[in-house]
Amino acid sequence: MASNPPITDQGPLLTADGTPLKVSLQRSLRQNRNRAMLLVLPPLLFLVLLFVIPIGDMLLRSVDDKLVNEVLPRTFDAFEEWDKQSEPPEELFAALFEDLKAAEKVERGKVSVRMNYAKPGWRSLVKKTSRRLKRMDGPPYKEQFIKIDERWADQEFWLSLGIMKDRYTAGYYWNAVDRTYDFDKNVILQDENRRVYNLLWWRTILVSFIVTIACLLLAYPVSYLLATLPMRISNLLMICVLMPFWTSLLVRIVAWMIMLQQNGVVNDTLVWAGLLGEENRLAMMYNFNGTIIVMTQILLPFMILPIFSVMKTIPPSYMKAAQNLGATPTMAFIRVYMPQTIPGVGAGCILVFIVAIGYYITPELVGGKDGRLIGNMVAHHMQRSLNWGLAAAMGTILLIMILLLYWIYDKIVGIDNMKMG
Amino acid sequence: MTDNDHLVRFVDIQKSYDGESLVVKNLNLDVAKGEFLTMLGPSGSGKTTCLMMLAGFEPATHGEIYLNERPINRVPPHKRGIGMVFQNYALFPHMTVAENLAFPLEVRHMDKTEREQRVKRALDMVQLGAFGDRRPAQLSGGQQQRVAVARSLVFDPDLVLMDEPLGALDKNLREQMQYEIKHIHENLGLTVVYVTHDQSEALTMSNRIAVFDDGIIQQCAPPEVLYEEPLNAFVAHFIGENNRLLGKVIEDNGDTVKVDIDNDPGTVVANRINVGGVGERTTLSLRPERVTVNPEPGELPNIFSAKAEELIYLGDHIRTRFTVCGHDDFIVKIPNSAVHAHLKEGDTVNIGWNAEDCRALDPSD
Repeated sequence: MASNPPITDQGPLLTADGTPLKVSLQRSLRQNRNRAMLLVLPPLLFLVLLFVIPIGDMLLRSVDDKLVNEVLPRTFDAFEEWDKQSEPPEELFAALFEDLKAAEKVERGKVSVRMNYAKPGWRSLVKKTSRRLKRMDGPPYKEQFIKIDERWADQEFWLSLGIMKDRYTAGYYWNAVDRTYDFDKNVILQDENRRVYNLLWWRTILVSFIVTIACLLLAYPVSYLLATLPMRISNLLMICVLMPFWTSLLVRIVAWMIMLQQNGVVNDTLVWAGLLGEENRLAMMYNFNGTIIVMTQILLPFMILPIFSVMKTIPPSYMKAAQNLGATPTMAFIRVYMPQTIPGVGAGCILVFIVAIGYYITPELVGGKDGRLIGNMVAHHMQRSLNWGLAAAMGTILLIMILLLYWIYDKIVGIDNMKMG
Repeated sequence: MTDNDHLVRFVDIQKSYDGESLVVKNLNLDVAKGEFLTMLGPSGSGKTTCLMMLAGFEPATHGEIYLNERPINRVPPHKRGIGMVFQNYALFPHMTVAENLAFPLEVRHMDKTEREQRVKRALDMVQLGAFGDRRPAQLSGGQQQRVAVARSLVFDPDLVLMDEPLGALDKNLREQMQYEIKHIHENLGLTVVYVTHDQSEALTMSNRIAVFDDGIIQQCAPPEVLYEEPLNAFVAHFIGENNRLLGKVIEDNGDTVKVDIDNDPGTVVANRINVGGVGERTTLSLRPERVTVNPEPGELPNIFSAKAEELIYLGDHIRTRFTVCGHDDFIVKIPNSAVHAHLKEGDTVNIGWNAEDCRALDPSD
């Protein structure tokens, strides 16, 4: 008893050996905290390396315009001096000559590609001129440039430098929504024949919306069956739901191609049944319909699983109670059962919409011309045109849309209500 | 009591789920208006199935159920107008308490002011007037229980069913709720059919208890009759504590029989209740509190020497396990008073009992 710390004292509480209680507590918790940190470390590293850094890089790339400024510093200095009204002065040509001469060949290539986005023609112009740089005599350069290609006399090329003079640009974002800068950096609409993206954005949203609704309508009854049928049957049904999940995406899409094409199974069956004339077979593929049908099938499990997992937790006694209290089975379902499935429906819808909005491979294979989505454009700019800035801007816009959606969902339903399964 | 006083009648009800075995075997049961009837039995005895058939969630395989003399086999649950308290309350989690209570009134298209009045009255009845805006999840178990009771009563049903409503509560709360439900039943003049496997709950609350086993009502009687005068070995064993002695009838004296105890020379004179003639096997049932320790010689017809094996001190009485007539699980409750002998383990004393307290029942096992 004598060794017990005096509790009635005014000072801080002490443990038996005289150390303050708080210090002891900290010490006893430290080991647990360290151990927890060790456990968290691998996923944290994983997250940083494979998620935070790439996305950060994407965000940066979508606004980055440093390259041009770094390779052609003198040119942009001379550009600032120029009054933009008169003919391009000799100093401008001289500066460009110096810059191009100083630059590596690879850099010249990269820069010319970037300049080509500001005004088409830059690339060939720079390429053509670079080849002859060595053979050029000393100043003055203006005449020699124009002799190589008379487009050098065109003021517009020089004026287009104004678009690139800042180290960071919002230009890619404007491009992604069919807008561009004029030479004074005002935002204007693209030429009519170059406007493609707005249409694609709207189509992407529309397709995602239709697919989400279609998935919801198909998944709800299936999930209900899964959740209420006896275990033996529902397990079998579950396997049917999961089977496509375990099948390769490509195999599934090709299967759909066999089903939907002009001479495919569906059309053949309809013609055979006499519902359809030989001459008006339905076009269900390589268009908008194809994208919708196949995407709905592929994304269906993403809707079924969260809804099912929520329905599974709803005890049948609620429906019984509602009926016992006087509600018809239909009313009991609508008033009592359905509101309780909202967390699953919300999670499923968000999941399907998010996956659909960035979808790429299905539209690529069965979408045809009017079934292509924004994801296909991102891929195109990553792989073909190599306009990574634009691809990154589109990716960022997609990301922002998803975050916005998430925010709206949080406001309406509450994120902590969401159940993924 | 005439037939018209019966609110519910089960007539020849049979129920099978798989077509191979009967869960409820030929049930006949009447529930009078204003009665509190408890269906008591071990799990799987068919009591909940009976309740579900009455509520309309399970169809009867054979027979007819009458509510107010109207056959209701083909009436769907939502048209029966029977209130019910479910085992886990089944309060709708997405509605507030008031919305839960208003639900049955809403589906009956009651207008808003009347609805609000009734909800308020029902909540006041269970002392939860201030909790209308809470969600069920924000209430304690006992409060949820009260809301469930209030919801089952808010639309003024004649009949309320309760399916083990107190099973999820702790002991103190359970006892308190037993009284509250009993008082509500008395004040409102309700008819209640209550299902439980807890015999003390059944004894506390009921006017009548139907003891179920194996799909059959073993006995249906008021609590005191059930305890004092069980008609068969199952009821004697299931309700309250009970000493069992197995044996064979060797002498039939009309109201009493003489029974030869198995594996022991002793014979017992017992009250003849439910037993055949000479030579038939029987189970003798004797309540522990009806045994006298150290009786005067000749005072009682049955006096045996017994060895105290175990004593458990329980405050008001001492629970003593004796070996009597070759049975080592013979329990006697000895009141903790000055006049009673204070035994020690291993002591041998005489114990005895009256012939009428020892009931000769059907042979079991």
